[in-house]
Amino acid sequence: MIAIALLLLAPALAALVAALIRDNARRPWVLPALGAVHLAATLVAIATRPIAAHLDDALVASLWLRMDALGAVVLLALSVLFLLVGCYAPGYLRARAERPNRVLVVCAAVFLGLATLATLSQHLGLMWAAIEGATLACAPMIYFNHNQRSLEATWKYLMVGGVGIALALLGTFFMAYAAIASGHPVELTYEALIAHGTLSEPWVRVGFVLLLVGYGTKMGLAPMHAWKPDAYGETPGIVGALLAGGMTSVAFLALARVVGLVDALGQGAFARQALTVMGLLSMAWAAVFMIRQNDIKRMLAYSSVEHMGILAVGLALGPAALPAVLLHLLGNAWAKSALFLAAGNIHRAYASKHIPAVSGAILRLPISGGIFLLGFLAATGTPPFALFLSELGMVQAAASAGAWWTASIFLTCLAVIFIGFSATVLAAVLGDSDAPEPEPHLGDSWRTTAVPVVGLALVLALGLWMPAPLRHLFDEAVAAWPSRTAAVSLSQETLP
Amino acid sequence: MVDLILALVMLLNFALLGSGRIRVLIRTAAMQGMVIAALPLALGHEHGTRGVVLALIALVIKGFVIPAILLRAFDRLNIRREVEPFIGYSASLMLVALGTAGGVLVGRHLPLAPEHAGNLAVAAALATVFAGFLLLITRRKAITQATGYLILENGISIFGLTLVGGVPFLVETTLLLDLVAGVFVMVIVMNHIHRAFTTLDTRHLASLKE
Repeated sequence: MIAIALLLLAPALAALVAALIRDNARRPWVLPALGAVHLAATLVAIATRPIAAHLDDALVASLWLRMDALGAVVLLALSVLFLLVGCYAPGYLRARAERPNRVLVVCAAVFLGLATLATLSQHLGLMWAAIEGATLACAPMIYFNHNQRSLEATWKYLMVGGVGIALALLGTFFMAYAAIASGHPVELTYEALIAHGTLSEPWVRVGFVLLLVGYGTKMGLAPMHAWKPDAYGETPGIVGALLAGGMTSVAFLALARVVGLVDALGQGAFARQALTVMGLLSMAWAAVFMIRQNDIKRMLAYSSVEHMGILAVGLALGPAALPAVLLHLLGNAWAKSALFLAAGNIHRAYASKHIPAVSGAILRLPISGGIFLLGFLAATGTPPFALFLSELGMVQAAASAGAWWTASIFLTCLAVIFIGFSATVLAAVLGDSDAPEPEPHLGDSWRTTAVPVVGLALVLALGLWMPAPLRHLFDEAVAAWPSRTAAVSLSQETLP
Repeated sequence: MVDLILALVMLLNFALLGSGRIRVLIRTAAMQGMVIAALPLALGHEHGTRGVVLALIALVIKGFVIPAILLRAFDRLNIRREVEPFIGYSASLMLVALGTAGGVLVGRHLPLAPEHAGNLAVAAALATVFAGFLLLITRRKAITQATGYLILENGISIFGLTLVGGVPFLVETTLLLDLVAGVFVMVIVMNHIHRAFTTLDTRHLASLKE
């Protein structure tokens, strides 16, 4: 309870403090401090969850907040990512001392607070409001560089994201109306809606499609991903990492909760079809645009579209694939931190993010170049990184469900993406560099490389060893999945 | 009575898509927002202070605060007053007519609760969402696009009217707050667009592509 209060209050306080600090060089230190407090509170809250169950009920009744297993995993991904990005931020912002960073730091703290609220929210409306707020908080961060290109990216982000989030609201209202049309009182908590059992079919279906399009836009599923390459391409690495690992994960959580809800309302098959189509389309779309992509940051954006597609396909495979999906979510969030920060280092040292201007990064920036190369391997699901295990788990789930088409398209896309991604990464990292040496302050230092190394190490560690508490969390998420099939099998087990 | 007001809202969609002056456009959007915000009061749905307070807040925000922010930006940026559509006004109006017809058709096919049967709420909501979307994609200026977003939101709040009391106070006020924050952020970005390109024409925002 105290930990949950701290999770929500610490970002607010940090935003206030950051707004009041006048010194541009000292202000960024708010971020690592906030990240540390937030991660500590997250770990305490997750550890004390079973004890605090009765307190949770009171919170649900009054504020619709509860830390369930699904939300806890996303919160963990977000919190670790934020601490990583926060530790990198002071060094980066010192190198960018010419730009005032008050808006960036305040918005990052606000984003963390609202994203946390979204992971705890058990109410469709509150979830929507938190995600909308987090979306808005990201806009000024995307515009950090204050040039015409970042301005264009910000406006596209606002317009595309705004329409998406508006459609999600309409979908939320449709779900509520499904209850009215079936003669129930309106109630927008997941529990209350699930308790109805069945609701008016057309409303649930249309509502689901709107929510899928809405939160899918925030996740960056094709074809609503238009904002993504522009935003990731024009924004600093730290913001790219927060968007690609944080914002998208939270949007995915929103979608996962909706799928669980629709599943329990008896429309699971419909939802799964839609999700599979959208997920595979995203993967295929990303594969096409990753071939001959010569902008390393846009490449990462398409990689993010791909991973969101993978998550959508995994979600469509039902509770059996849920542990793999959650592992994928954690691995993706942390691998993205390593990739975006390393890409940022390379971008700064070369003053370009395009091949062939960027070449031979391993010679000029041995550590950043190495992280970028290894990060590419992690992101494409090469063993022994965690994403290999999660993608394998999804293919296994698809195979055991007899979804051979899904499995084969999934694997084909992964293969094409590996080839396309590798061409760009190898050209950037290996090869000869005829460009002049970077100025000493733009070279690798522990300030710019320690954090991506840690991020990468986490993805590796997760691939080699799964901590028992995390496994419990995954199991609990599967057990709590509100689908009809799960309910049936549980009741069969409890029968004598 | 309700249907009469909702029909008025739908007529305002035509006025919005047909108007060639930005100031008129913003004022019309504000009027539409006010009519929708006042609807629960006119219906007498809201007896408690909670509902009345909420309706009044919505009225003030949609009718005064947001238009004031947009109009101020409009005056200060000293932009040319025409709307500058990508497609002509008559084509826009035709599309709104089609969207309205589509909204009515969809509204008929979805099963409604007895108290909403035969009422125009669903049709008006869908038609207005469509009109907002149309304005958003067929106009060149950033300020017109932002107004389109507002109209889209108006459409959604018409639908919200059918959920009397279903959306908690906290969520509904947050919703309005988000709207204000959204418009505020958009206006700030607009200021920067204007400073960087000396115009609000979004066609200049086209250097990022594959």
